[in-house]
Amino acid sequence: MTLINRRTFLKGTVAGSVLAVAASAGLLTPTRVLAAAWPAAAFDAKTIDDALKGLYGTSAAADSKAITIKAPIQAENGAVVPIAVSTSLPGVEGIAIFVQANERPLVASVALNGADGYFSARMKMGKTSDVKVVVKSGGKLHTASQQIKVTVGGCGG
Amino acid sequence: MARDTKIRTRTQEGATEILVLVNHPMETGLRKDKASGKAIPAHFIQELTIELNGKPLAIASMGIGVSENPLLGFRSKVAKNGDKLKISWKDNKGEASTAEAVVDA
Repeated sequence: MTLINRRTFLKGTVAGSVLAVAASAGLLTPTRVLAAAWPAAAFDAKTIDDALKGLYGTSAAADSKAITIKAPIQAENGAVVPIAVSTSLPGVEGIAIFVQANERPLVASVALNGADGYFSARMKMGKTSDVKVVVKSGGKLHTASQQIKVTVGGCGG
Repeated sequence: MARDTKIRTRTQEGATEILVLVNHPMETGLRKDKASGKAIPAHFIQELTIELNGKPLAIASMGIGVSENPLLGFRSKVAKNGDKLKISWKDNKGEASTAEAVVDA
């Protein structure tokens, strides 16, 4: 338990101080201008709802059985957790992956332009958490989730 | 440091799967150097674009939750052998790279 407490503590303090330093040095603004298309607000968000709003302007998503998440039930190494998302929904415009318990829940978001409704990646997980997938299809958001148990976290220092 | 971008294509469930592997630390900015106690600055890929025959097929935006040496997979039923693929990515420090390949699934 001490390990987890230390990890949480470190994450909180380090994240705070890094942001403060970056802001005071005026570093945040130029980075954001450079990466104009990169949705900074969504990736900086600390909750899935805020991240979704940053990405799509709304956090309203309906549960869908047409989304398949292929990921381990239990991951031994939280630093590298494979995940593959596929969906039979038509006209998929985007797929986003969130890890609920991560300091920054949004892992990745893909905008698809003619590619099939499929995306796979490897993600970091600090601890056991629900993983939520949101698929944008036909202008609406659809969602599915799965819990992944993590033996050794992959986000701490 | 060299940042290799590797592209591989294969046929998977009736579609062409495009796998992209980039050699990149994907540093979160939340970790501390154990020896010095200083925070390790964030360094991660923010955006990766796949073009098929010159047209964007997918754009992946990534955050610090993506693992070191990201391996991304995409699928397309349209892509066929001989088609040209171009991958370009850019990280939060302004580093960027481009790689090209031909679909050979």
